[in-house]
Amino acid sequence: MIEVKNLCKSFGSNLVLNQVGFEVDEGESIAIIGRSGTGKSVLIKHLIGLIAPDSGQVKVDGQNLVGMSERELLLIRQKFGMLFQGAALFDSLNVAENIAFPLRRTGCSDESDIERRVDEVLNLVELSGTNLKMPSELSGGMQKRVGLARAIVHRPQIILYDEPTTGLDPIVSDSIDQLMMRVRDKYHITSIVVTHDMRCARRLGQRIIYLREGQVYLDASAEEVFNSEDELVGKFIRGEADLKEVEF
Amino acid sequence: MKAAQGVGMNFSIGVGRVALLACEVIRSIFSVRLDLSELLKQVHFIGVRSVFVVLTTGASTGMVFCAQTLYQLHKVKMDSAALSVVGIAMTGDLGPVLAGLMVAGRVGAGITAELGTMRVTEQIDAMRTMSTHPIDYLVVPRFIATVLAMPLLTVLASVVGIFAAYILLGSVLGVDQASSLKHMYYYTDTGDVLMGLIKAFVFGALISLISCYRGLNCDKGAEGVGKATNEAVVQSCISILVSNFFLTLLLRPILKSF
Repeated sequence: MIEVKNLCKSFGSNLVLNQVGFEVDEGESIAIIGRSGTGKSVLIKHLIGLIAPDSGQVKVDGQNLVGMSERELLLIRQKFGMLFQGAALFDSLNVAENIAFPLRRTGCSDESDIERRVDEVLNLVELSGTNLKMPSELSGGMQKRVGLARAIVHRPQIILYDEPTTGLDPIVSDSIDQLMMRVRDKYHITSIVVTHDMRCARRLGQRIIYLREGQVYLDASAEEVFNSEDELVGKFIRGEADLKEVEF
Repeated sequence: MKAAQGVGMNFSIGVGRVALLACEVIRSIFSVRLDLSELLKQVHFIGVRSVFVVLTTGASTGMVFCAQTLYQLHKVKMDSAALSVVGIAMTGDLGPVLAGLMVAGRVGAGITAELGTMRVTEQIDAMRTMSTHPIDYLVVPRFIATVLAMPLLTVLASVVGIFAAYILLGSVLGVDQASSLKHMYYYTDTGDVLMGLIKAFVFGALISLISCYRGLNCDKGAEGVGKATNEAVVQSCISILVSNFFLTLLLRPILKSF
């Protein structure tokens, strides 16, 4: 379904992704983990064509996104839903208008159908009755849930999560994890989550890709990664810092 | 020398990118269905909410310009020509330029700050993931609203400026209003009015394109948004003043026959 080959990306002299390659099959659930600044968010944005690589290929259902114009990419992106790190809700629209946005922009004009689908996904993320609230009236966790509702309302084939639990307390993080699993299981959506929350990675990722210094250091099943005897992987999973390595 | 070359290069790149944005906007206007609710929202923000500031500026400038002109013309006993000078200046030059500068300050800054904030909070990226081109949804309604609103605001500024000067002449400066009005009708051509409207249209396009470009390409963080907003206002104002000169040179001979 998604095929990434020899992907390279630099920002100025900083090489962020270096020959990254992996494949994602339909219905798979993958967690991309790694330390801050290793290019996880940059990588996930390549998968949906928000960032163009310096070299390499990103193929979605056999179509190479590299070299496509923005308008060609808009068509490919109908297959995707994405939850951003800060939810990225439109602050001039209320909750219902935010969620209805992808439906209206893809030509759905039946208002009763839009209303029904908005209510359905709001119910799924347990935020029924918040239709008329503005994003500024919602807590961080509620914003993430509305962002999740907006990402799935048009029934995408692939959903991308960029740091879905960052900045949330453990209880709210747990609720987001459960919602992501509920979405995955209910709609059988291919899921790719970028995170450094190990609980989130363990629960959502059937397969885990560990990025280190812009390269795929390990690509294995969740069980193999969490039982890995590799010192670097183990330290990362346990959150053990080697002060010489830490960049403050 | 190298610094001057760098400034020249940046200027050329900036002009080129705004021109490319203009091409994309025109292409979008003719190929993508316009979001009418967004257009109406922008017409209200850009047009209706600019009326007060444009009226105040027009009235103030009309009165000051009239008084200064009258003091000079009084020396050669041509008091009743003051309103004619105000009429020609307000319709052809001062009206569009003042309305343009006010809109650049109020609306241009607003557009850049809004789009810049949307960019740094990933709202524009989110829009792109939902199969929506930011130019179709964000730039086109703002462009159309500004090019529609600017001529109307210019007419308001000019009419109010002339009216304020007319009242001032009769009620404070003691000049015969009837002969002033007659002279103004005689000397102010349709060409002056047309030139003002064409300029307003061009200024509206410049303000919206520069402001949207700056907003969509601003650097990350609050500093980036602030810098982009500042640059948008400065560049819009300079482009209005520079293009006003060239438009006057270009349009005057063409519109002479009107």
